Amino acid sequence: MNVMPRASQWSELIRPDRVHGSLYSDPAIFEAELQNIWYRTWVYVGHESEVPNANDYVVKSIGPQSVIMTRDEQGKVNLLLNRCSHRGNQVCSYEKGNARSFTCPFHSWTFANDGRLVGYAFPDGYEGQDKSQLALGRVTRVESYRGFVFGSFAAEGPTLREHLGGAIETIDRLVRTSPEGEVEITAGFLKHRVKANWKFILENECDGYHPAFVHTSIFGVADSMIGKLYGGASTALTRDYGEGHTEIDLRPEFRKRDAPMSWFGTSAERLPDYTARMKAAYGEKEAREIMIDGVPHVMIFPNLFIAEIQMFVIQPLAVDDSVQHVTALQFKGAPDLNRRLRQQTMGSVGPAGFLLADDSEMYERCHRGVLARNPEWIFLGRGEKRERTDEAGFTVGHVTDEVPSRGIWRHYRKLMEAR
Amino acid sequence: MLSRESSATLLDAVTAFIYREARFQDEHQYEAWEALWTDDGVYWVPANGADIDPDKEMSIIYDNRSRIALRVRQLLTGKHFTQTPQSRLRRLVSNIELLDPQPGGDIAVGSNSMIFESSLRDDTIWAARNEYRLRHVDGELRMAYKKVILVNNEKALYTLSFLV
Repeated sequence: MNVMPRASQWSELIRPDRVHGSLYSDPAIFEAELQNIWYRTWVYVGHESEVPNANDYVVKSIGPQSVIMTRDEQGKVNLLLNRCSHRGNQVCSYEKGNARSFTCPFHSWTFANDGRLVGYAFPDGYEGQDKSQLALGRVTRVESYRGFVFGSFAAEGPTLREHLGGAIETIDRLVRTSPEGEVEITAGFLKHRVKANWKFILENECDGYHPAFVHTSIFGVADSMIGKLYGGASTALTRDYGEGHTEIDLRPEFRKRDAPMSWFGTSAERLPDYTARMKAAYGEKEAREIMIDGVPHVMIFPNLFIAEIQMFVIQPLAVDDSVQHVTALQFKGAPDLNRRLRQQTMGSVGPAGFLLADDSEMYERCHRGVLARNPEWIFLGRGEKRERTDEAGFTVGHVTDEVPSRGIWRHYRKLMEAR
Repeated sequence: MLSRESSATLLDAVTAFIYREARFQDEHQYEAWEALWTDDGVYWVPANGADIDPDKEMSIIYDNRSRIALRVRQLLTGKHFTQTPQSRLRRLVSNIELLDPQPGGDIAVGSNSMIFESSLRDDTIWAARNEYRLRHVDGELRMAYKKVILVNNEKALYTLSFLV
């Protein structure tokens, strides 16, 4: 039988340069993570552009829990739990749609899309019952930043802005890729399941050490400029923003190239419409800078990964069962760029993606690997002696260094030790 | 309209083609499989249903001919770790039917398949509806289009890195 870890155990399991293998494989630790991370801290749920019109809804998740993101008639975005307040039946069985209300098929209880119970069958049996006490459950706090909607089950705690901390600037950078300053999530999601713990995915997103090896098969046959970004001579950086947020900052390499749209393996000339719109929106100089720097590569703890051309949402289902939801980033007012983003994303990610099929293979092999208990530890010491502090006060290292993993575990330990 | 006899002959030829394709896929004969395609081939595995618009929404695979070639080249490196070691595969193909002819003269064919995959992760069963457009090129049948509609393509899927 598994016993919930004691608070003092976390400091034994998580050391500055190594973590214990059981953190990835112990079902009791997974249950503790649901309570202390997924059902407490800010978790990314969906994007406002997925529910553009009144009464639109889309079914999302927080960990294993099904969450309905609705836009009600007043235009407000709600995060409702997909569980009838009567006997627990799921009230919504479709992935998306447009509905003013959800009627539970079990006993015909009907809920407005803001969660209110508006009626039940044969109401005379409920004489005197206060309907307001029987609303759908909801995610306690809902906040959004630049269209990205996050939820927290904690009634109190840091605001979303406090949680995003220094990483908020990466989202500002992201939306500036659009001439209208907005991201749109409209291309549908691929759902890629892996038989592995969610933290293998989380840590890999800003691991700049693996691409040269895991992705050697595709770098070798495609005209990809990605490989060099992760080489020993690269000037790109890893960064720990605190609060578990981590980044691979490729801008130093893109700035050396000094060529707009090189970050996307193309040129401004090949995207004349986009280039014109960017210049009109930001002016010649700033548009050029944005188009050189490209989209960030940032992992917002615990589940939102922006990876230059696509967005991943990590969903843990069980200690050894996780889903990566992935879609192409789409930028408002950039149809010619968006088409290429969709094509590139489809090639790269998802169950048959040139890149993600191999990443996912590593997650699954790592998961089976850590079941062996000697050595007991995952060693995360790469670059510990050469990490430094950047102008903004964040820890940075070489692109292949394990600054991100160390940052993630520092924050993880803080969350798990909290009571 | 084909006569009954020529229709039967065509169905035999199409069936033999599809069985051969299945064998090439099961046995990882990547180059032989690639040679089955026409120069304008499209290989499509939609996600989230059968009728999405692949130019607007994400598909699991939506390869034009050059991307089919890239997929094969990646497999041939021997360092595509999800297929190193290779999945062991056997598939059954059935319900092969000639469908309404296509405007350009391509032969439209439907079939069902069930694939048993044994990989390092586990054993996985895949099931699909397949829609082909075949064409005679220099007297040989070739694939101009293959759409694989996985029965469970609305759900989260494990890695699908063999040729489906």
